[in-house]
Amino acid sequence: MRDRIPPPPSPVPSPVLPPALPPAPSRRRVLRGTLALGATGATALAAAGCGSTVAQGFTGGAPEPDRLNFWNPFTGGDGERMLAMQDVFRTAHRSVDLRSATFLWGNPYYTKLTLATLGGRPPQVAVTHLSKVPTLVEAGLLSELHSADLARHGITPDRFDARPWQKSQVEGVLHAVPIDTHPFVLYFRTDIAEKAGLLDGQGRLADLDGPDAFIDAMRAAKEVTGAWGGSIASVKDASTQFRLFWSLYRQLGGGDLVADRGRRVVVDTAAAAEALAYMRRLTHEKVVPPAADGQGGAITLLNTGKAGFLMDGVWQVLAVKSAKVKFDMRPLPRIFTDAPYACAADSHALVLPKAPSAKAQRLDMSLEFIASMLHSSNLWAEGGHVPAWLPTQRSRTYRELVPQSHYAAAADGAVYDPAAWYGGAGSTLQQVVGDAATSVFTGATSPTAGAERIRRELRELAARPAPV
Amino acid sequence: MATTTALPPPSSRGDRWAGPGMLLPFALFYLVFLVGPLVYAVVAGFFGTSLLRSGLGDFAGWSNYAAVLGDSEFWRTLGNTLWFTVLTTVPLVLLSLALALLADRFVRGRWFFRFAFFAPFVLPSAVVSLLFMFIYADQVGLAQSVATSLGVDSPPSWLGDPDWAMVSITVATVWWTIGFNFVLYLAGLQEVPREVHEAAAVDGAGPWQRIRLVVVPMLGRTTTLVTVLQVIASLKVFDQIYMMTGGGPDGSTRPSLQLIYDTGFVEGRVGYASTVSLLLFVVILFVSLVWFALVRRAEKEN
Repeated sequence: MRDRIPPPPSPVPSPVLPPALPPAPSRRRVLRGTLALGATGATALAAAGCGSTVAQGFTGGAPEPDRLNFWNPFTGGDGERMLAMQDVFRTAHRSVDLRSATFLWGNPYYTKLTLATLGGRPPQVAVTHLSKVPTLVEAGLLSELHSADLARHGITPDRFDARPWQKSQVEGVLHAVPIDTHPFVLYFRTDIAEKAGLLDGQGRLADLDGPDAFIDAMRAAKEVTGAWGGSIASVKDASTQFRLFWSLYRQLGGGDLVADRGRRVVVDTAAAAEALAYMRRLTHEKVVPPAADGQGGAITLLNTGKAGFLMDGVWQVLAVKSAKVKFDMRPLPRIFTDAPYACAADSHALVLPKAPSAKAQRLDMSLEFIASMLHSSNLWAEGGHVPAWLPTQRSRTYRELVPQSHYAAAADGAVYDPAAWYGGAGSTLQQVVGDAATSVFTGATSPTAGAERIRRELRELAARPAPV
Repeated sequence: MATTTALPPPSSRGDRWAGPGMLLPFALFYLVFLVGPLVYAVVAGFFGTSLLRSGLGDFAGWSNYAAVLGDSEFWRTLGNTLWFTVLTTVPLVLLSLALALLADRFVRGRWFFRFAFFAPFVLPSAVVSLLFMFIYADQVGLAQSVATSLGVDSPPSWLGDPDWAMVSITVATVWWTIGFNFVLYLAGLQEVPREVHEAAAVDGAGPWQRIRLVVVPMLGRTTTLVTVLQVIASLKVFDQIYMMTGGGPDGSTRPSLQLIYDTGFVEGRVGYASTVSLLLFVVILFVSLVWFALVRRAEKEN
């Protein structure tokens, strides 16, 4: 302070305060500068086109009446198809301002959807997995769908595949409109299968049903590839291991794993042990590698001809197709015959997150959008998903879509994840059961110990206080 | 104030508020994004707060704490975190010191070594994870091919074998983050005065003796800093593990932060997750304080 330049004489001498010192920026000036900056920023945001949405988020104002916000978790091939389906809607409904947001698949997506709905600012329409619907309904996050409203837009029960439609209801009340079923299926290389003598006259795969027939077929393929018969993801992919276990367990008539929305454990440990024992056979008899990477490693084995078969979800069809190899697909074989045919599956569905008011929901605009999505099911089917919309599923175009139509029958055996607050796509249940299954699959745990472990871990989960 | 009567008293409003005014933006962020959430976490830890319901939920008292302390998974993830910390801190301190000493000896081309060792640090964790997932991939990855060509019959599944997964992640982490410690050590080395080197050389100390008896002890403060920063960073590990193994195989690499993430965001049990995060906070605080206390005592003895 001492070396400061003496202030110039003030034109208006003040008896109390010394004249203001020139170098200190006045508060008013700082404030003005900040405001100017803020204004520039706001203008820039508005110019960028997201201004009103951002502003609406902060101020809590109602969204514009012609806007429809749609959230989905689709990236990659699925994302491209979803964008094409949105374009179809945009072309037909020029007056609607459709804004779609894509979030990372899995729990980050569900967290955002939950928080936005709780915060009273949900999208009008959102995508969800049917396995997640019971929990979302229990938490009170979804709007009920009334048949009269749906019928106004041509959405009637008789035009849907029965299983996903059934699964869209919670205690008899409809909460979702299913768009597909995506089962766990079998991919195979036709060139390898042919050399292994596994093809019938029409180029279709010979009968693989039964525990021994399937392994024998993979052994024959192994002789051709010189490496492995089949492959399945096991490293960093508890969900895939869960799907194989769940398919086999349900084929054995094991019933559900938990009941009462996850509060009671009803797992049949004998059936679980038998299913796990079969998974162990695959690696013990060395037809399937015990360690294949979940991030594309298992698919690479098929694509590079190091395996003749691949057990995975239908959504990988584009990843295999891009390798430009000769391949085909079919439902997962019927390994056990104790119960009706079963394979693990889930469905994507469109839901209306509970909006704070009818005005914010814009029911008819939302349903019109859903109807448009259903009519574009043929686009969606190309990504591997079996359409739930029967007019598309029964259409000639779909029946001629190869290999997508070759496994459509798998949807009839679709079994969904157990309904529990800790269950569903990418859930803790898939993680713990999948981990136990992987441990048996790689040979670290015996099948009976693995089945015991599944029951023990499920009991721990069931005992936890539910967040819904 | 009495001593400055000769000058106009510094009582103008601009002066009095200049300091706090400049602090204000940061203080606001600190309150809103650090103190606020911390208070919320402390409060939520006493409630059955759920992600799927609004509000704090039912009062739970100390039951969350009892549940966490009795949860074997909490102790296991804490064990994994500490194991990762030990596995990474030791090489990250020793190797970066060694590399800095070597790079410092180059007169020509020193920039190249500085750049080469620091370069991986600028990569985002996602890129590093992806890179190493390609290297470690089973059946098709580089690391297994190299091991096979070196004569290993059945190379381990680097990320799929519980005995190897943590080590594999450690190797990736060391490669990725060593640059930061390396730069800190280089800066420390530049503060060692030339005269000390010369004096030691005149006294007949060889290069190795000069490093061991002169340079390394003079880097003591840098070492303290590097170690503390590294320990704290390692205790907070999440992203590369989440991306490379997802905590598997069989939970063998799952760190505490992932337990917090899983219970909070996957299961929606925010109250429980808050309790776990507070306990982890206490652990990190405790480790840092113990370390500082030890260093201070060592410095006093010197």
